[in-house]
Amino acid sequence: MNRLMERYLRLDYLPTLFCPGCGNGIIQYATIAAIDKLRLRDDIACVSGIGCSSWIPCYFNMDVMHTIHGRALAFAQGLKLARPVKNVLVFTGDGDCLAIGGNHLLHACKRNINLTVIMVNNHIYGMTGGQKSPATPLNCKTKTSSWGTYDEPIQGAELAINLGATYVARWTTAHPVQLQKSIEAGIKHRGLSFIEVISQCPTQSGKSVYGSKDPAYILNYLKENSSIYKEGMEHLEGKIKCGVLWHDNDRLEYIERMKGKIWEYVETKALGGYKQ
Amino acid sequence: MRITVDKNYCKGCGICLSICPKSVYVNSEQRNSFGNLMPEARNRKRCNGCGLCERLCPDGAINVEEEYEAKY
Amino acid sequence: MPYARYGRKVILQGNEACAKAAVYAGCKFFAGYPITPSTEIVELMCSEMLNSGGTFIQMEDEIASACSIIGARWGGKKAMTATSGPGFTLMQEAIGFAAVTETPMVIVNVQRGGPSTGQPTKSSQQDIYQAKYGSHGDYEIIALAPASVQEMYDFTIRAFELSEKFRTPVVILADEIVGHMREKLIVYSGEKRIRAGYRHYVLSPQDDFFTGNNTLVEGQLHDSEGKRVGHLPNRSAYYVNSINRKITRHIDEIEDIETFYMADADIAIIAYGSVSRPSLKAVKTARGINVEAERRMRLLNRMIGRKIDKNPYSHLNIGLIKINTVWPFPEKRLKHLAEKCKYIFVPEMNIGKYFREIERCLKESRVISLPKLGGDIHTPDEILMAIVREVGNSE
Repeated sequence: MNRLMERYLRLDYLPTLFCPGCGNGIIQYATIAAIDKLRLRDDIACVSGIGCSSWIPCYFNMDVMHTIHGRALAFAQGLKLARPVKNVLVFTGDGDCLAIGGNHLLHACKRNINLTVIMVNNHIYGMTGGQKSPATPLNCKTKTSSWGTYDEPIQGAELAINLGATYVARWTTAHPVQLQKSIEAGIKHRGLSFIEVISQCPTQSGKSVYGSKDPAYILNYLKENSSIYKEGMEHLEGKIKCGVLWHDNDRLEYIERMKGKIWEYVETKALGGYKQ
Repeated sequence: MRITVDKNYCKGCGICLSICPKSVYVNSEQRNSFGNLMPEARNRKRCNGCGLCERLCPDGAINVEEEYEAKY
Repeated sequence: MPYARYGRKVILQGNEACAKAAVYAGCKFFAGYPITPSTEIVELMCSEMLNSGGTFIQMEDEIASACSIIGARWGGKKAMTATSGPGFTLMQEAIGFAAVTETPMVIVNVQRGGPSTGQPTKSSQQDIYQAKYGSHGDYEIIALAPASVQEMYDFTIRAFELSEKFRTPVVILADEIVGHMREKLIVYSGEKRIRAGYRHYVLSPQDDFFTGNNTLVEGQLHDSEGKRVGHLPNRSAYYVNSINRKITRHIDEIEDIETFYMADADIAIIAYGSVSRPSLKAVKTARGINVEAERRMRLLNRMIGRKIDKNPYSHLNIGLIKINTVWPFPEKRLKHLAEKCKYIFVPEMNIGKYFREIERCLKESRVISLPKLGGDIHTPDEILMAIVREVGNSE
């Protein structure tokens, strides 16, 4: 067993329930490595929803909440507001975050509350057995679109930028080092950091999206078909746009804004309604 | 480099076989506890310790450690 | 109620009293979404949380409110939310989650007429079954039904105590009448200390987050360490039994029934919530206890054109059983109290829901439902008329 994983996982819960070659394990390693590097083990809590991706933190030997479908962000916001100085990591999937939890994503991004959201996008509903998700690309034959999908896929990272998240990155599981660095930056960033990870699901999306069930093939495919974006660079058409897509340090975080407003109110009240 | 592949955790997905830039791993006849064929780090002399297999193993089965040998 | 009567006398609305009580009970986190008729709780909590150093947040919907208070409770802050009919329906999944992860949580449901949007400004008691059976799966819940503003205050404090003690969601089933009524009540200053210690009858992990205990809060059926046992039939059954048993075994501690004039009664009115107020009035009228009863009687006789001056209900020995903890159903105690009663009347502001529970429990006596729909409360005369119709006149 890997030494780092050994220190951070609940060993009696292993082996994980992920299929052979699942990308979730890679994200597990990247998260653990980031937490280990920042030495934040006792000051971090993980919240997750429902789905394969939400099983990622359940094996962590940390404070973990495995909640109901789509509401991970709501639970995390409650936890964060109760303990503002601690860090909260949210693991959700593409269905969990973009379909059922879309409303909560909208409002969490709008508030710009200090959470780190890791959205694992495997383009499919893996746990229920391969149904279409909001992020499934066009013309993919899934179990609920046997003639090919015709819904436009939602681009999670671009959506988060438009909703007002202040640190947005997208990586694939073929970029484990960059992913770890992004998670570190996301935890350190004050504001909502949204990290979309394109992950392979060899069992389900291997069948309907990539056309091969070999995880190594999908990893190579992801690596070859992604272009790393840097500010000012032009994006190559038809490739997955990876990299730190948006970083805004100027927008105030929700709890800071709330405290500032309350303080302002208290001050004006103390001055008898007279505002200088 | 001392490379170990834990047979209790390896699920035999084959990612390490294809991802290693130095082709350290080869498929062996040994089976893991799930009954799949397991990779073996046969060409460990070639390993330069990049750690990519550690990071990309979805089950944390691979451990790569520097071997400290007494040089004197 | 078991609280010492000290403190200040004030006049407050039911909803305001609820918010004040939450602050007194140590509530440090409130998430809500405005909905008639519980909006005043959300409004007042906004300023009260500022004054008491807590956190207030208006969430995007009721689902998020219920979820975030569970999150806040694991962060170590006592938390509450308030809602009404449709919002309560949205919260059900989170209530199920709180029941299975054994999270203390207080939900105020100021009931309004349903179904759907229904009667937003009128009162009802139609959510009585939803409070218990709303979420899927087998779980037990505690529900308290206040009938006055003072009770709204006291029961909110008790709800926090019970939720911490049994680590379960507690629902305060108020209704629009109680929520919007202004009455005199006694409020206490300061903050009540509610112990949140380890409970041996609670199976799930109980340590708050960030205490170094590596708590795993798991929505699947789990064991004492949070490890899932959903795939193991025996242990799953044990777990579901355990979360039900911790309530049903402690029913003596939880139950709260008030009786009025039951010593010699052979007719009992069983009521809960605001309906117990006209019921008590009816009992007093029948027994001629109130001075005003005389006047009321003369008026009533004149209306129906009867020329008798004595109390027409003097042959009725009515008593009132007022159930404060509607769930868990206090079956044993109720059986004992209503032993001698031939007739049981159950006035309710719904189509007759709680009546079924009582009928199932009291098989010996004749149980009659007095439903009233439409948002108006029963008048004492209505209740008395119904009793006379069933029992007969004195002649």
